[in-house]
Amino acid sequence: MSEDNVLLKVVKLRKWFEMRKGLFGEVMYLKAVDGVTFDLNKGEAISLVGESGSGKTTLGKTILRLREPTDGKIIFKGKDITHLPNDKLFWYRREASLIQQDPFGALPAHFTISKIIEEPLIIHKMGDKEERRERVYKALEEVRLTPVEDFASKYPHMLSGGQMQRVAIARALVLRPSLVIADEPVSMLDASVRIEILTLLRELQDRLKISFIYITHDLATTRYFSEWIFIMYAGHIVERGLTKEILRNPLHPYTKALLSAIPDPDPENRKKFRDVPPGEPPSLINPPPGCRFAPRCPFAMDKCKEEPPEIEVSPKHFVKCWLYA
Amino acid sequence: MSDNILEVKNLKLYYETRKGIVKAVDNVSFTLKRGETLAIVGESGCGKSSMAKAIIRLLPRNVHTYSGEVFFDGKDIMKYDDNRFRREVRWRKISMVFQGAQNSLNPVLKVGFQIAEPLMIHEGLKKEEAIKRAREALKLVGIHEAFIDRYPFELSGGMKQRVVIAMALVTRPEILILDEPTSALDVITQANIMNLLKRLKKEFNFTYIFITHDIALSSELADKVAVMYAGEIVELASAEVFYGEPNHPYSRKLMASVPTLRTDKKLEFIPGAPPSLINPPPGCRFAPRCPFAMDKCKEEPPVYNLDEGHFVKCWLFEEKR
Repeated sequence: MSEDNVLLKVVKLRKWFEMRKGLFGEVMYLKAVDGVTFDLNKGEAISLVGESGSGKTTLGKTILRLREPTDGKIIFKGKDITHLPNDKLFWYRREASLIQQDPFGALPAHFTISKIIEEPLIIHKMGDKEERRERVYKALEEVRLTPVEDFASKYPHMLSGGQMQRVAIARALVLRPSLVIADEPVSMLDASVRIEILTLLRELQDRLKISFIYITHDLATTRYFSEWIFIMYAGHIVERGLTKEILRNPLHPYTKALLSAIPDPDPENRKKFRDVPPGEPPSLINPPPGCRFAPRCPFAMDKCKEEPPEIEVSPKHFVKCWLYA
Repeated sequence: MSDNILEVKNLKLYYETRKGIVKAVDNVSFTLKRGETLAIVGESGCGKSSMAKAIIRLLPRNVHTYSGEVFFDGKDIMKYDDNRFRREVRWRKISMVFQGAQNSLNPVLKVGFQIAEPLMIHEGLKKEEAIKRAREALKLVGIHEAFIDRYPFELSGGMKQRVVIAMALVTRPEILILDEPTSALDVITQANIMNLLKRLKKEFNFTYIFITHDIALSSELADKVAVMYAGEIVELASAEVFYGEPNHPYSRKLMASVPTLRTDKKLEFIPGAPPSLINPPPGCRFAPRCPFAMDKCKEEPPVYNLDEGHFVKCWLFEEKR
């Protein structure tokens, strides 16, 4: 793969939140993202999968520079944007956008739909009024909110959850970004609407050649919507590789546990117990050194007290686990 | 029939709102044997939770119609007045784990007291005795009894969910209604809770009514499945039939929209949205979204009994009888 195909390069990225007990108390760090490295190619989609508190949302927001990185590098289109000051980030804001989890909270209630989608265009001074209107209508058409004239003049409360999420998608895409981070874009929606919205996102991503980071806790949907799966646990990416490969041949004990915890509809399920590890993810405040899954891992050994390296077990399939060293 | 622990016949629950009458549960019937689990699946707003509330009679103030028959162990409990229902049925025979209940534990009370409270209220036990039983209930759901003196904030999400299950079990009911019992939990925690529910069922022969929108998850417990659409049960089938090849067009579409990890299939979604429950269209309520809709669907379809315990409310099955 040639380097110029890479859109986003993340190197040993850290985001630690400083916490202090009392005014003069000792400083502690909540290590939400702790040394994450990966590349994202143009036009490809990654599913970032993890449980709540695994740091997946923080990673997304740090990449978008909505959080100040603690350490490491973010390189976008060959430019180092890790510590660029806000006033030099204007172009990046146009290139990289966010779709949030909760469409009810993400859309301003007193704006019409057309105003909501037009706003990014105004902020980035694109086109005159007529051109902007055209682009808003086109964006509405793209997310199939038709007839567009009807929807343009509505307010968010007049729409269903699925329709609101379509508006949020239209707003995220209207500037034609090259990177979109979608943070649990469908978890607030009904099951059948979820598939509809994800299908739409995938279609637009293909057609507009956008790179996508799809943050989710739902492993079952990833196979339909992304080339890559990254599994995150307690601030680390513990396994990453091609979607098919990860689902067919999961290697990290955590990935295996995650996969075996998810049922497919099957009448046999009720007759057997699932083999899942007990316990909960560790606290991210001053976590113990070494592998963070070790306390729950059936294969834990002495060595797991040291941090495991990321090992490329087969081409492009990385595992952060001593079992494969 | 003593074989059936629960028989529900023509149950209706309508709400009165400013916009009109909401037919949340409309003429629903099913039977449940002791030790069986019925899963109720459907999209949000189809009346799943309303049906549970109708069975356990926890009703809001704006009830318009509440009618039908509910037989528990052969006795029509719909005929009981509220006082008798509260004394004899609710929590003593039928109890419920509410959706998101782990977040409504009282933050200033110890969990032991919260588990013991239903015993003091419903069985009139003294505090010491009730706490003793609460301790047993905690052990039953896999929490160390030392946690009896903890406060909810000291517990993880999965443990709080176990506490809520202990609360529902402590009065030793026979039927347990589970309304989305794992909806806010992570998948591994969810699998642990499902394991717990399976173990309890095996040990105590509980009868569950398991309400969920997650079809894949429903197969973890269900012996039979009721598919609800717009306030009605459109199909009632055994787990083998439903997860294999359901019959009602809506059930089929629903199954086709479930993403699977282990098998390759094309994912579909159901275009359109369910109808409003205020003045729903006459005839089949799914017809406007149904690929097989025909003229006849403007009339209300009867319920066809295709096989032992397999019911479908759809005109397509008229000639197959």
